[in-house]
Amino acid sequence: VPVSSKGRGRGGIDKILVANRGEIACRIMRTARRLGIRTVAVFSDADRGALHVESAEEAVWIGPAPARFSYLNASTIIQAALRTGAQAIHPGYGFLSESAEFAQLCEDAGLNFIGPPASAIRDMGDKSASKRIMGAAGVPLVPGYHGDRQDIDFLKSEAEKIGYPILIKPTHGGGGKGMRIVQNSDEFADSFLGALREAGSSFGISTVLIEKYITQPRHVEVQVFGDKHGNVIHLYERDCSVQRRHQKIIEEAPAPNISDEFRSHLGEAAVAAAKAVGYYNAGTVEFIMDTVSGQFYFMEMNTRLQVEHPVTEMIVGQDLVEWQIRVATGENLPLTQEQVPLKGHAFEARIYAENVSRGFLPATGSLHYFSPVPISPTVRVETGVKEGDTVSMHYDPMIAKLVVWGENRSAALIKFKDCLLNFQVAGLPTNINFLHQLANHWAFEKGLVETHFIECFKEDLFIDPNGNIAAEIRAAAKLSAALVAACICKMDHNTSKEKLQGGDNSLLLWYSDPPFRMHHSAKRVVELEWESELGEKSLELIKSSIIHLSKGTYLIEVEDDDSPAMELKITRLSRFKFIVEAAGLSIIVTLARYLKDNIHHIHIWHGQHHHQFKQPLTLYHSSDDAYENKPKFEMASRTKGGVLAPMAGLVVKVLVENGAKVEEGQPILVLEAMKMEHVVKSPRAGYIDGLHAVPGSQVFDSNILFVVKDE
Amino acid sequence: CGNGIPNSRHRSGKTWAWFCSAVLPDGVDRSSNEFARNSAAAESLLSHLRSHIQKVLGGGGSEAVERNRSRNKLLPRERIDRLIDPGASFLELSQLAGYELYEETIPSGGIVTGIGPVHGRLCMFVANDPTVKGGTYYPITVKKHLRAQEIAAQCKLPCIYLVDSGGANLPKQADVFPDRDNFGRIFYNQAKMSAEGIPQIALVLGSCTAGGAYIPAMADESVMVRGNGTIFLAGPPLVKAATGEEISAEDLGGASVHCRISGVSDYFAHDELHGLAIGRNILKNLHMAGKGISTSPYVSSDFKEPLYAAEELRLIAPTDHKQQFDVRSIIAHIADGSEFDEFKKLYGTTLVTGFAKIYGQSVGIIGNNGILFTESALKGAHFIELCAQRNIPLIFLQNITGFMVGSKAEASGIAKAGAKMVMAVSCSKVPKITIIIGGSFGAGNYGMCGRAYSPDFLFLWPTAKISIMGGAQAAGVLAQIERSSKKKQGIKWSEEEENTFKASVMEAYEREASPYYSTSRLWDDGIIDPADTRKLLGLCLSATIKHVPDSTKYGVFRM
Repeated sequence: VPVSSKGRGRGGIDKILVANRGEIACRIMRTARRLGIRTVAVFSDADRGALHVESAEEAVWIGPAPARFSYLNASTIIQAALRTGAQAIHPGYGFLSESAEFAQLCEDAGLNFIGPPASAIRDMGDKSASKRIMGAAGVPLVPGYHGDRQDIDFLKSEAEKIGYPILIKPTHGGGGKGMRIVQNSDEFADSFLGALREAGSSFGISTVLIEKYITQPRHVEVQVFGDKHGNVIHLYERDCSVQRRHQKIIEEAPAPNISDEFRSHLGEAAVAAAKAVGYYNAGTVEFIMDTVSGQFYFMEMNTRLQVEHPVTEMIVGQDLVEWQIRVATGENLPLTQEQVPLKGHAFEARIYAENVSRGFLPATGSLHYFSPVPISPTVRVETGVKEGDTVSMHYDPMIAKLVVWGENRSAALIKFKDCLLNFQVAGLPTNINFLHQLANHWAFEKGLVETHFIECFKEDLFIDPNGNIAAEIRAAAKLSAALVAACICKMDHNTSKEKLQGGDNSLLLWYSDPPFRMHHSAKRVVELEWESELGEKSLELIKSSIIHLSKGTYLIEVEDDDSPAMELKITRLSRFKFIVEAAGLSIIVTLARYLKDNIHHIHIWHGQHHHQFKQPLTLYHSSDDAYENKPKFEMASRTKGGVLAPMAGLVVKVLVENGAKVEEGQPILVLEAMKMEHVVKSPRAGYIDGLHAVPGSQVFDSNILFVVKDE
Repeated sequence: CGNGIPNSRHRSGKTWAWFCSAVLPDGVDRSSNEFARNSAAAESLLSHLRSHIQKVLGGGGSEAVERNRSRNKLLPRERIDRLIDPGASFLELSQLAGYELYEETIPSGGIVTGIGPVHGRLCMFVANDPTVKGGTYYPITVKKHLRAQEIAAQCKLPCIYLVDSGGANLPKQADVFPDRDNFGRIFYNQAKMSAEGIPQIALVLGSCTAGGAYIPAMADESVMVRGNGTIFLAGPPLVKAATGEEISAEDLGGASVHCRISGVSDYFAHDELHGLAIGRNILKNLHMAGKGISTSPYVSSDFKEPLYAAEELRLIAPTDHKQQFDVRSIIAHIADGSEFDEFKKLYGTTLVTGFAKIYGQSVGIIGNNGILFTESALKGAHFIELCAQRNIPLIFLQNITGFMVGSKAEASGIAKAGAKMVMAVSCSKVPKITIIIGGSFGAGNYGMCGRAYSPDFLFLWPTAKISIMGGAQAAGVLAQIERSSKKKQGIKWSEEEENTFKASVMEAYEREASPYYSTSRLWDDGIIDPADTRKLLGLCLSATIKHVPDSTKYGVFRM
């Protein structure tokens, strides 16, 4: 539905500047284009040629890569809007989206800020103020005592009132320091004194508050929408309980295992919350839900369009960005509360560049191969990258969002899992396999979600490298290795032949399949290092030998494997796709191979499996320089005691001098990337050698940082 | 369409009959008793051959192979596999060289040779097998090395020497060291080929002692592998004995010494795989434009396969040489589309001559269909001249008991006619490939381009037999001489004694006529599976074809 022409004119919008990047910028532009609204992109040095720049009609350079000089630079962005004649700015999420000042600056510059009023952003931005307002508006809050009285007897009596377990938290500070969970009244005194002491020593102010401790919380949030005429409705809830590092990775709507009655209570509470701050445009009210008691409490309100908004769009069949634009131009909400449909179920997975086995540390690198699932009315892939792009350390490492809709939860889940299996990314580590494991877990299937889900089921999700399942996984990897070996043979053979094309075709005969050997069959050994996800250090060498049979098939045997040799027929369909036939069974295999640091990295997808391998310096196609010019750190990484950078990032602090004597576990330096600090510690006692990093220097993933020597 | 048989796989129809080549029938009578007998005999010949090949592919035995592996070294064939283009073919030569030649077994003569493409360019590989007597050079090893160089020189193929040898075999030095075609000839050939612009590349993957040191030293470019590769004129024990200097092999002549200090080697490899990778790179960087090696303009990549299955070739040549068969049935199985345009079909019919294509390459085929008569020899000489004139490669399919004897034959000047054919074969400068499919006796061997006539390649079928004459005839002749000699001396020779004498001659002839006896001594380039004949001819042809053909000049033909 186009923006009504009535809206044009003073409040009308025919050009929007999108003050964001990545998938959300692309997503906003898509809706704008559908509505006939022209778009302006902004970009930093790191985003030249990025998808969001290509998606816009115009693009304005706004500064160097670090966000604080570009995407967070409010005045430059406003200048860009004025310069290009955009009437409105859509802030997306993150960056300036929840900056009341920015919203105000827009207004002052005569630009339409597509979002809530600055006052609402301000009110909701202050956590304790927002709780006060919510309490006054009758929105349920986590029971607790936030007052000034600190004497033990009083607080204990408050605790009894709330009911155990309770949480004692310092009023200042954070990071879990000084926090105590108290299970019953006997423990109260000890815990209270401990918390007080720790708060005092850590933050200098020894005051605490107490709150009900929710043992099995769920994160449930409600999408609300308001217009500038005081109407506020909700678009049902989302469950975002499955989190790692306190960040959501799978979201769904509607929330599973809640009653309609509960749903409407939630909705009403959310609408009340929004109304209490005079809210308009899109917003999300987050609640913590106690799965034991079935109670829910207000947490905070996000005054922006959320990352996970598509799951709501899928179940209500609306385009929320369109709503945002229409509401911003002063239109009424397109629907009344009663008109909002609720149909089916939707899931969203956030596909990140990250090292799952290294505690979900963000990763960087190039998308050498990027083949998301085909999109359809029920499958959405929201992404801001394309094959060949780089995921840099400057911004959020999210590669894409996969959104899937189904008639009901189980139908949606089947499709969701299938899409995850077929979402193919190579070039950098991703969480796709992990997401699939999550979605495949029995508890998730039952909708038994809660915020400790990953912690709770970590034994199922992170496989013990020595357990039984690991053996199965190893067997699957060996099969994959055999398939990879066969496909590589086919690929190399084709490559050799293709190189000849246009040249000497009298030599074509030398590249027949199978290759000629006098009285025997050509044989090739392919050595692959399996990059297993069974913990960080498991690189396992898998050797396959391939015998070229006279029919052009391959007889493959994997070393140290009990399974018998397989006879495979490989047909190459395209650059990445192969048909593998074995014993009358035919499957499609996808293979992506790319060269990085003079090592071939190979990803294979077939059936339920996705494995990745490294092919250590192959003779073929590798240059002489492969050894000689190998970056120093690669060589050094083989040195005993070498410590590698766990991720790409900036060195923030160097805590010891080169040559210093250190203890095991002593922090050596601090890295920062993607808003996260990571302390690199000494793996053992010894002397630090080769530490050249200085604050401000940049390191790359797996660079050697220093070596710990014995003397 | 000549004597073509109707066949749906062939596109010729009546309308085009005047236009297309003659298609041969396959000529195999599958219902005959001979066919059944032949099948069984051929199968046993082939499995016999394969079992011998299997043995030599194992190199110098599991213990030596294990020792080789423990030094992070590959076997010679594995080294070659990693040097040639991935998935490419390798044409190995004389796998059974040295077979039952010495008291000790020398699998493949202790050296692997053959042709394969690297970065799209055919190369000759010469790879010592360190698992066989430490890769030392026996007389047969030298002969095989020289033969590979000869082919390389003839076909202008870059040579890649994979050196891993202790040098000349000292106990056999008299047969290895001094003669013209002995060890020294290797370096002479290297020098001459390098002078002709044929690249000489050495990869030092193991020891390279004494005389062997000259292989990398004489090479255009050489690579050495750290730890394994050593080059010195005398090893540490000899140095200690001579000068008292105590030094390790690596410090004496390792990769570091030769790449950093002496300059004997050019490229330093960290390990064997790296060395092989450098070897591939060297080949990539060869620039051979204008070196007279390029695509043959006659080759078309669009060709038809023969109408008949290659495997049937195994059954065609009878194991019993008295049995006659039509050589056209072999041609039918190897020529493109089984098409053969016969030349002088009605004249001198014991020699079949004609034009065909193999993988799109035009060839002239000369095959025996019986004893050579004066007419057949004249026809052969004529046809060879024709092909030389037009630069069409020649393929000889040998199955010849010899030239006709007797007064009538002599009176017709058969010696003169045979001489013409030998003159034509000797002087024509087109690529020549000889396949001995059955008998190869007497002057027939010469006229049909035997080893002495330097065909570019010569292969045997397992059914081949080579000797100056048949065993029975030889026994007859020798017995006659013996009898008369005995008679002169007045010694009585009983019939029994004569039979024993004849039997021993026949037994010796039988043994020496065996293809194994031949291939062991490198009278050929290998015994092949008849089913591989077409493939092999194609590979060999592509190696021999030169863009600028050499011009042919004949000697005096006796008219």
